[in-house]
Amino acid sequence: MSAGRERILGGIRKGLGRGKLEGEALAAVEARLSAPARNLIPRRTALPTAELVDLFEKMATDVAATLRRVAGPDDVPDAVAEFLAGLNLPSEIKAAPDPRLDDIPWSKRPTLAVSHGAAADSDLTAVTAATAAIAETGTLMLASSAAAPTRLNFLPDNHIVVLRAGQVTGTYEDGWDLVRAAGALPRTVNFVTGPSRTGDIEQKIQLGAHGPRRLHIILVEDGGETGSS
Amino acid sequence: MQPTSHAFVENAHRALNDAQLHAALGHMKAGFQDKRAATIARMPEFEDLRDQGRAIKNHTLAHLDAYLERFEAKVTETGGRVHWAPTPAEARDAILKICQAAGARTVTKGKSMIAEEIALNEHLAANGIEPIETDLGEYIIQLRGELPSHIIAPAIHLVKEQVAESFYAHHTELDPKRPLDDARALTDEARAMLRQRFLAADVGITGANFLIAETGSTVIVTNEGNGDLTQNLPRIHIVIASIEKVVPTLEDSATILRLLARSATGQEYSAYTTFSTGPKRPGDLDGPDEFHVVILDNGRSALLGTPAQETLRCIRCGACMNHCPIYASVGGHAYGWVIPGPIGAAINPGLIGLEEAGHLPNASTFCGRCESVCPMRIPLPSIMRHWRERQHERKLSPGTVRAGLGLWAWAARRPRLYRFGTRLAAALLGRLGRRRGRLKRLPLAGGWTDWRDLPAPEGRTFQQHWAARRSGAGR
Amino acid sequence: MVSGPGSMSGTSSSEARDAPRIGLFVTCLVDFFRPSVGFAAVRLLEQAGCAVEVPAAQTCCGQPAYNSGDRADSKAIARDVIAAFEGFDYVVAPSGSCAGMLSHHYPELFADEPEWERRARDLARRSFELVAFLVDVRGMQAVADAAYAGRVTYHDGCSGLRELKVKRQPRALLSSVAGLELTELPGAEVCCGFGGTFCVKYPEISNRMVEEKAADIVGTGADTLLAGDLGCLLNMAGKLKRQGAPVRVRHVAEVLAGMTDTPAIGDTPEP
Repeated sequence: MSAGRERILGGIRKGLGRGKLEGEALAAVEARLSAPARNLIPRRTALPTAELVDLFEKMATDVAATLRRVAGPDDVPDAVAEFLAGLNLPSEIKAAPDPRLDDIPWSKRPTLAVSHGAAADSDLTAVTAATAAIAETGTLMLASSAAAPTRLNFLPDNHIVVLRAGQVTGTYEDGWDLVRAAGALPRTVNFVTGPSRTGDIEQKIQLGAHGPRRLHIILVEDGGETGSS
Repeated sequence: MQPTSHAFVENAHRALNDAQLHAALGHMKAGFQDKRAATIARMPEFEDLRDQGRAIKNHTLAHLDAYLERFEAKVTETGGRVHWAPTPAEARDAILKICQAAGARTVTKGKSMIAEEIALNEHLAANGIEPIETDLGEYIIQLRGELPSHIIAPAIHLVKEQVAESFYAHHTELDPKRPLDDARALTDEARAMLRQRFLAADVGITGANFLIAETGSTVIVTNEGNGDLTQNLPRIHIVIASIEKVVPTLEDSATILRLLARSATGQEYSAYTTFSTGPKRPGDLDGPDEFHVVILDNGRSALLGTPAQETLRCIRCGACMNHCPIYASVGGHAYGWVIPGPIGAAINPGLIGLEEAGHLPNASTFCGRCESVCPMRIPLPSIMRHWRERQHERKLSPGTVRAGLGLWAWAARRPRLYRFGTRLAAALLGRLGRRRGRLKRLPLAGGWTDWRDLPAPEGRTFQQHWAARRSGAGR
Repeated sequence: MVSGPGSMSGTSSSEARDAPRIGLFVTCLVDFFRPSVGFAAVRLLEQAGCAVEVPAAQTCCGQPAYNSGDRADSKAIARDVIAAFEGFDYVVAPSGSCAGMLSHHYPELFADEPEWERRARDLARRSFELVAFLVDVRGMQAVADAAYAGRVTYHDGCSGLRELKVKRQPRALLSSVAGLELTELPGAEVCCGFGGTFCVKYPEISNRMVEEKAADIVGTGADTLLAGDLGCLLNMAGKLKRQGAPVRVRHVAEVLAGMTDTPAIGDTPEP
């Protein structure tokens, strides 16, 4: 063990007026770490599922994300193409090589050029899947994996996230439960709330500082009911 | 960095006469205070969350060694490496070694107050490695050769014309006639200029808002996304964080994150909150090959067990300075070291010494607004008073002030003498100010009368009147 | 000029038996600069059915020493105050700052001396800022008979506001003063820059703060500024008068007690 380590830990113990933690105190620390408990959960998200989705939409669009509801995966290619056309952007996307996007029939829009992989500097628009969505603050939870490279979330000017209504949950804690249930903690977990922004010049908010200028959420409603758009 | 806190009075004098600074700081009320108030009004549990945030940090600090050890074990388990740095020099060396081993030529940096504290940029540059700040505010002040004046808005002391001036001066490859007259144009230009630097960097260095003991994760909170590009694009990611950034669990970080953005910018949540755990995994298409965490002490462990321990709960939201009338008057640079504002006044004496930072805890009216907005309920005025007491004990306060106060206190303990003295003085000043009702000048009271009139005493003290009334009633 | 003894309404003997005994903590600034605030406090307390006494042994609460890091002198002064005010049902000060010192900081001063800490806590429990005491303890909902023709704005002194939560009480009573129109002061909760010794130790910063405050006050268009702490009032009045601003400055107790025949703070007496 390094000398620096022992000096820091020794300094901490000296300040706290004790030796190495042991006995009950150590057991309390171990218990807290092995069974993480929730702290206070704000009442804001104590809602039925449908209202949770509405809350997510409100909170996300409040921070300048755009959101479109579609009925099913079949509607996603059109939604993507129309989003790009509406902004006069090239009909090209770099999509995550993610099995969660496999049910999207991209071939329905032959004019939409779809490639898969990690983001390159030249990519203007990324399409990724979500891990969860946190209604409390309109936040997307995006966990990395071999199929979900992180750069797609930051490098391109436009970030389109395909979210399933069933993925909308109340709180960050709900999101962590999902991630823990899926196994080891992913290398990167991004919580994304609206597009990139800065207030560093005279505190005037500008979107698109370094990350995406636009964040577009395509919300795929479960159960095939007609969604409003 | 070399502190100039000892020259606080001179620094403040310069700042008070800087019209551009005054204009820039004038944006703080609408930019920070009003937004915070509105967001918190939408969160009825905010006060309870503050209590919990305080409890989480108090618990962590009481078991800090154990949580740091667990954090290290988890970082190692997930393929990263922890470097322990008791001093700034050791932190700089650890980072330099990693950069040199990688043959790094350029390093991108996310905003880190700890990197400022250890003067990392100077050290890297002196060793032939170019550090590039990527947070817009940090980038601007790096171009200008300045230091951050605020912990979350480093360029808050500047107006847009000054930013444009710097961009014209440094981005010489661009058309010198291009318009740069608003924040939009300036932001776009910085985005374009920095994009290439992100892609070319060999190493990315970020700070951390939290270290998670449970998982070995480091957490950054940004709005621009620069921190994510900094840590995701280069081959190596180095995190520099101080010991008190650790919290036990993901749930604990969730609670404190509910406080952070609301207190800082008045956002419900910052745009990007990113948890990083180890280097990239097998099969990953991007992410760093190496993941290092440098943990800095630099005097913090010595604050444990003292009244200043409570400053170690700080989550660097900036709410205290955003609401501080002293900060609003003099700006951040006057404080003369990395952390300005009330939290700087409370923690800097512990980190750079009371001799250097002695003015900071004194330059406060104890108005308490900082404590009232601190999400972690740090009793900032009490800690400033603690430093004043240490100064008094060590006779670091001016001798004349101590002598004057000593004399006053001596008299205040002798009510009859005190009444006699105040009666004479009230009569004298009352007579001097009788005609106008106020005094424009008063010998030895220039600290008051150079700036404002002194309302004259009525002439007799209350105790005099009261004694007369009682003797009248007794007749 | 100052309301003398003859102007004080006496309490009848039967009322006097039930009346709580109040030790008035005059405060050093009121004693020295503006006794009329003390008499306004006495009148208000008597209107609220209290029997007021003024212990002669009081001088100052000790804040100048306490806030200068001089703990030994602070404790010595605090012991004197604790002793002088033992036995009163309540201790009331026309100042949030001094009341805050008694009720919040004395117990902290004696944290390492159990017997004095007990006495300090006993004093703290009985200590109140004047207007908060009238409203919260004595249940006063309206002033007895005060009238004030003017447009008034109110500054919240920092200690009263943040240590003692004095905010609604002065506004409640002011709303019952005949003829008085209250205009809220933007930034009413921002410090005026007084801060005790701060204003002379860092006068240039203090000046900037009180300049901003004066601009806000003038901006309301109010003809009168009120507050509950004489320190803040002297500072704000001093700046307003130096600028020649036509704003009268008074302690809130003077208006609530209907005792506004004296010149306002820093104003030239009528010839």
